[in-house]
Amino acid sequence: MRTIRWTAWILVVLVAGLTVAVLVSPNIRDNLLGKPGTGSGVAAIGGAFTMVDHTGKPVSDRDFVGKPSVYFFGFTHCPDVCPTSLYDISTLMEDLGPEADKLNVSFVTVDPERDTAQVMSDYISPFDSRIVGLTGTPEQVSDMTKAFRVFSRKVNLEDGGYTMDHTATIYLMDAEGTFAGTIAYGEDTETALGKLRNLIARS
Amino acid sequence: MRKFALTLATLVALALPLTAQADDHAKKTHTAGDITVSDHWTRAMPPAAAVGGGFMVITNAGSEPDRLVGLSTPRAGSGEVHEMKMDGGVMKMRELADGLEIPAGGSVTLEPGGYHVMFMGVEDGFKEGEMIPVTLVFEKAGALEIMMPAGPVGSKMHPGHTH
Ligand SMILES: [Cu+2]
Repeated sequence: MRTIRWTAWILVVLVAGLTVAVLVSPNIRDNLLGKPGTGSGVAAIGGAFTMVDHTGKPVSDRDFVGKPSVYFFGFTHCPDVCPTSLYDISTLMEDLGPEADKLNVSFVTVDPERDTAQVMSDYISPFDSRIVGLTGTPEQVSDMTKAFRVFSRKVNLEDGGYTMDHTATIYLMDAEGTFAGTIAYGEDTETALGKLRNLIARS
Repeated sequence: MRKFALTLATLVALALPLTAQADDHAKKTHTAGDITVSDHWTRAMPPAAAVGGGFMVITNAGSEPDRLVGLSTPRAGSGEVHEMKMDGGVMKMRELADGLEIPAGGSVTLEPGGYHVMFMGVEDGFKEGEMIPVTLVFEKAGALEIMMPAGPVGSKMHPGHTH
């Protein structure tokens, strides 16, 4: 009986000590809980990239710091999801009105072979004029998709052409360029609008 | 004045059946054998886009399944029957190599995010309000010509629906 009581006390002391250590030592805390911001516990989404915008101007992640950013990935040889996403985002931006000026919104191609800056510029022209198209060399695009943990893969079609499998999730980053959440493909308008308002309010 | 009124009346009289006809055309159903196609539509393409999707409801009144095996349109280099799927947040599009089965006594809906007929190699992009002639080919019912109205870029429903 006495042994059990002693063991219990030792356990209590150990747990209390560990708790204090976690609270006091940033190193132990970060190891156990993941560093806020860089997230050692969770795979970090985002980071440095260099691309070319739809006007042909070189841009990097630094150009998107200062305002929260919305990124979504697609390609112009896409009959369904990509124009739908662009349309949905344009509608959300219209609903936000001038508030949407506080956001960077980028449509990033996963198909740099076909999507030149000129093609991107033409393709996004019917949508909200605040949307920026991003393309680059195949290496630049692959670096950016890797940084965002975006999956993309070329799939050949019967007629000799190809299509791209790709992540259709919309990524939200705060004004410092740190990952702040996602909007799923087809998420309902009210939820998506709430997330964007939140993102603007927090920054 | 009277002449003006008369001209106006004539114009209205001429225009009425025209608009009615256009409306009718978009909503019309097309039938070949046991297969009926309704609510068919496509959408305007952004400039520089070379591909587009077509959507519709296909009903099979027969006692045997049929298959949509192909399609063509003078507006595209080629056409295929495709399926779109979301797989863990990843969009995947595939050709249905064996076509799309329309079950006996049942119907299949082609809609954004699911099945579609895909137009590839489009040089002169579809514009909103245009009618796109498409020939669908069914294994049993044969060829069926339809006219697909083009809705706005990126829209998710038939242009005839107002909600
Ligand atoms: Cu397709």
